[in-house]
Amino acid sequence: MAMTDGYSTGIRSWLTTVDHKRIAIMYFVVGFVFLLIAGVEGQLIRLQLATPERSFLDPDLYNQLFTMHGTTMVFFAGMPLVVAFFNFVVPLQIGARDVAFPRLNAFSFWVFLFGGLFLYASVPLRVMPDGGWFAYMPLTNPEYSPGPGIDFYVLALLISGVGSIAGGLNFLVTILNMRAPGMTFMRMPLFTWMALIVSALILLAFPPFTVGLIFMLFDRRFGTHFFDAAAGADPVLWQHLFWVFGHPEVYILILPAFGIVSDVIPTFSRKILFGYPVVVFSGVLIAFLGFGVWVHHMFSVGLGPVVNAVFGGATMLIAIPTGIKIFNWIATMWGGRLRFRTAMLFAVGLVATFTIGGLSGVMHSSPPADLQQTDTYFVVAHFHYVLIGGTVFGLFCGFYYWFPKATGRMLHEGLGKAHFWLSFIALNVTFFPMHFSGLLGMPRRTYTYAEGLGLDVFNLISTVGAFIFTLSFVPLVWNLWRTWRRGEAAGHNPWDASTLEWTMASPPPHYNFAEIPAVDRRDPLWHPYIEPESRAEGDEPGGAVPRRQPDEPPAPVVMPNPSYWPLVLAVGMLLMTIGGLGSLGLTLFGLLVTAVGLFAWAFEPAFGEEAH
Amino acid sequence: MLFLGVLVSQGCGGEYPQSTLHPSSDSATLIDQLFDQIFWWAVGVFVVVEGILIYVFVRFRERPGDARPKQVHGHLLLEVGWTLAPALILVAIAIPSIRAIFIIDRSTPDPEALVVEVIGKQWWWEFRYPELGIVTANEAHVPVGRTVDLRLRSADVMHSFWIPRLAGKRDLVPGIENQLWFRPDSVGVYHGQCAEFCGTAHALMGMRVIVDEPDDFERWARANAAPASTPAAAEARAGQGVFMANACVSCHAVRGTPAAGQFGPDLTHFGSRLTIASGVLENTPANLARWLDSTQHVKPGNPMPEVELSDAQIRQLVAYLGSLR
Repeated sequence: MAMTDGYSTGIRSWLTTVDHKRIAIMYFVVGFVFLLIAGVEGQLIRLQLATPERSFLDPDLYNQLFTMHGTTMVFFAGMPLVVAFFNFVVPLQIGARDVAFPRLNAFSFWVFLFGGLFLYASVPLRVMPDGGWFAYMPLTNPEYSPGPGIDFYVLALLISGVGSIAGGLNFLVTILNMRAPGMTFMRMPLFTWMALIVSALILLAFPPFTVGLIFMLFDRRFGTHFFDAAAGADPVLWQHLFWVFGHPEVYILILPAFGIVSDVIPTFSRKILFGYPVVVFSGVLIAFLGFGVWVHHMFSVGLGPVVNAVFGGATMLIAIPTGIKIFNWIATMWGGRLRFRTAMLFAVGLVATFTIGGLSGVMHSSPPADLQQTDTYFVVAHFHYVLIGGTVFGLFCGFYYWFPKATGRMLHEGLGKAHFWLSFIALNVTFFPMHFSGLLGMPRRTYTYAEGLGLDVFNLISTVGAFIFTLSFVPLVWNLWRTWRRGEAAGHNPWDASTLEWTMASPPPHYNFAEIPAVDRRDPLWHPYIEPESRAEGDEPGGAVPRRQPDEPPAPVVMPNPSYWPLVLAVGMLLMTIGGLGSLGLTLFGLLVTAVGLFAWAFEPAFGEEAH
Repeated sequence: MLFLGVLVSQGCGGEYPQSTLHPSSDSATLIDQLFDQIFWWAVGVFVVVEGILIYVFVRFRERPGDARPKQVHGHLLLEVGWTLAPALILVAIAIPSIRAIFIIDRSTPDPEALVVEVIGKQWWWEFRYPELGIVTANEAHVPVGRTVDLRLRSADVMHSFWIPRLAGKRDLVPGIENQLWFRPDSVGVYHGQCAEFCGTAHALMGMRVIVDEPDDFERWARANAAPASTPAAAEARAGQGVFMANACVSCHAVRGTPAAGQFGPDLTHFGSRLTIASGVLENTPANLARWLDSTQHVKPGNPMPEVELSDAQIRQLVAYLGSLR
C-alpha cells in the first residue's frame, strides 16, 4: 500500500498530515482494528451463550463485554470506517484537492483516536464500563455504578464526539463549497449525496447526546440531579436525549452504505442508476423522518397511547423511502450486464440481507407487537441484519471497490469472493435463529438463560455462526497480505466506472487533480456510452475536462500545509479528558495545552507556496 | 428457516414457557394476532423482493460478447407504483396497530380488576395485594378469567415487567407508577423475567405468575394474608431461632414474628413458593441449603451476604423456611 507519489513518508509526515487521503487511511486502519476488537468481544459473548447456564464469563465481565462491544462497534468502528470513506472518496468525487478545513480534519481524526484509546485504557485497569452502550440512568449513576467504569464511557464519547461534530461540519462545508465547476447537486454521485446528508445528521444529532453526556458527567462527578427521580427529575429524560441522537445515528451508519452501493451497482451493471432523483430524495426523506421516530426505542416506557401511535406511524413511514431505494437498485440491475466482482457481491448481499432487517423493523414499528419484541433477541437479530447486512456489507463493498484507487493494487477476486460468501453465510447462521430465541422469550443483555425454555438449539446455532464470522476474516487478511506482496497494478479505472475519482492515477497524486475538471453531466466518464436519445435535453457531450482556452496555462496548484497543531490541540483535549476522571490539575494543564494549540493553529499560514 | 418457525409455533406452550407465540390472556392474544398479520405481510414482501433479486442475479449476469446495455434514467409509473404499494401495506398494518395501542396502552376499563402492586428491586420482584393484605415476592397468584391490574414501580433502577404469555412489556421507572393489565384465560404457571438491563444479576431476575382456579386463588389468598404460624417440629423451631439471631432479620420480614426487615423479600409464606432467588432454583430443601450456603455462587452479585452458618444451622433454617407455608 505504498503511497509515495509526491509524499514524504516518515512518521512525522503522518503526524502532521492534513491530506484527506492519508487521514482516510488512518481512519480506516484504526476503525478496522476496533472492528476486530469488538468482533472478538462479540465472539466471547457468543461463547458464553453457546449453551444454557454456562459459566465461561462471570456476569460482570459479560456486562462489560456487551457494553464495550456495542460502544466500540458504533463509535469506534462504524463511524470511523464511514468517515474513512468520506475522507477518501468525497473530495475525489466532487473534483476537489482536499476538504474545506484540512487541519480540522486531522484534528477530528486525532480526537477520535484518543477517545478510543481512552475508552480502552479501562481494559488494562479492569474498570470497563458495564451500563450498556445506551447507559440508562439511574443504573449509571454513582449509587448503582460506583467506580470509574461509566466515567470512561462518558468521557470517551465526549471527546470523540467533538471529532464527529467537527467532521460533520467539515464535510458539509466541503460538499457545499468545494465542488468542481459544473458539479451541480443533481450531478453529484450518490455516495457524495449521502455523505452530505449524513454530515447534516451528525451536526444535528450529536449535540443532544453531548448535552446528555454532560448532564450525566455532572450527575456523576458533581452531584447534580438531572436524572434523579428522588430529587424530582425524570430519568426518562436520559432515554429521550440518548435516542433522539441514537436513532439518527442508525442512519448515520446506514446511509453511507446506501450511497456506496448506489455507486457500485451501476458500475457493475454497466447501467446508470435507475431513478437518480428518487434515490437522492428518498435518502433525504429517511434522514428527515429519522429525527421523528426515536420513541420507538421506548414503547414499553409507558408514554401513553397517543405518543406511541404517532411514533409508531412515523416509524412505518420510513419503510417507504427505504423500499424505494431497494426497488431502484433492483431496477438498475434489471436489463444490465452484471459483473459479479467482490464489490458487487457485497452490494447485492446488502440488498438481500438489509431487506430482512427492514422487514423485521416493520414488525416492531407496530407498538403493540414491539411490546413483545423490544429488549429481546428479536431486536438483536433485527439490528445486526441492519448493521452488518447493511452497514458492514456496504463498507466492505466500498472497500473492495475503492481499494485499487487508494493503493494502486488489485485485490484477489477469489479470496474476495470467499470473504463475501463466508460472511454472508455467517450473518444468516448467527442472527437468523435470534428471531426465534427472541420470540420464544429470551431477553437481551442476559449473561445466561435457563434450561427448559426451549432456547438451547437456537443459541448453539448462533454461536456456530459467530465462529464462521471469525473465520471469514481469514481470506480478507490473507488477501491484504497477498496484495501487499504482489498485487497487480490497478490503472486509472479498473472497473470502468463513471465518476471523477476514476480519472486520475491510482493511487491519486498528492494534489488529486492536476487541473480541476469542469463537469457537464452526471456519470461524466460514461458519456460515450449513454445513448443520445436517453440524454437529457441540453446535455452536450463532454464529460470532465478542464475549462480553459487551449493556449491558457493551467491554474497553479495550491495545497494546504502540514501542521502539528491539530495533534497538539487533540493532546490537550485528551489531557482534559483524563483529568475528568478526577484530577483538576491535569484538566487545567490540558486546557492550557488546548489554548496554546488553538492560538498557534490560528496564526499559522494554512496554505503553502505554489507547488506543481 | 421458515419451516423451523412453523415447527416452533406448532409446539405447545409447555415446551416454550416464555414464548410470545403461545398467548394465554386477552392482551397477549391481541398482540399475537397483530404480529401474525404483520408477519405474513412481511413474508409476502420478502418472497417478492428476494425472488426478483434472485431472478435478476441469474438472468442478467454478463455473458461473453454482451454489448453495453440500454441506459434507462427511470420510470415514473414504476416509481409511483413501488411507493404506493408499500404505503398501502403499511396502512393495512397501521390500522390494527393503532386500534390495539388504544386498548393495551390504556388503563383497564374493568372495575372488578384485581389490583396488584409490583415493585422491581435489584434483582427480585415484590408483589403487594392492597385489597387482600398480601405481600409476597417473585411469584404472583391470580385467578383465571379475572382482569389483573398491575401497578408498577421501581425501588432503584429501570426494570421491565415481562410475562410473555400473558402480556407485553411495561417498564418500571423510578418516580413513576406505570400500569399493565391482562385477563388470563387458562390455569398454569407462567414464566417471566426482567427485560430491561438492570445490573449484575439482570439475567437472573425471574418471576412466575401462577394462574389459579378462583377457588384455589381464594385459598391461597386467605393463607397468605395470615401471619406465619409457629413451627411445630423441633428442628424448624431451632431454625427459627437461627433466623432471629442472625443477620436474616435485618433484611427479611416474617409477619407474626419480630423479623421485620424491608430490604429483602418477605418470607412469611416462603414454603409455599415454587422457586428460590427469583426463579433461579426450584424450591427444594437441597436447593435451599445450597442457596443459604453460597448465595453468591447461585446468583452472583445479589445483595444477600454469605452468612457464616454451620451445616446444622443450615439444616435447621431449611426446616424453618420450609415450614412457612
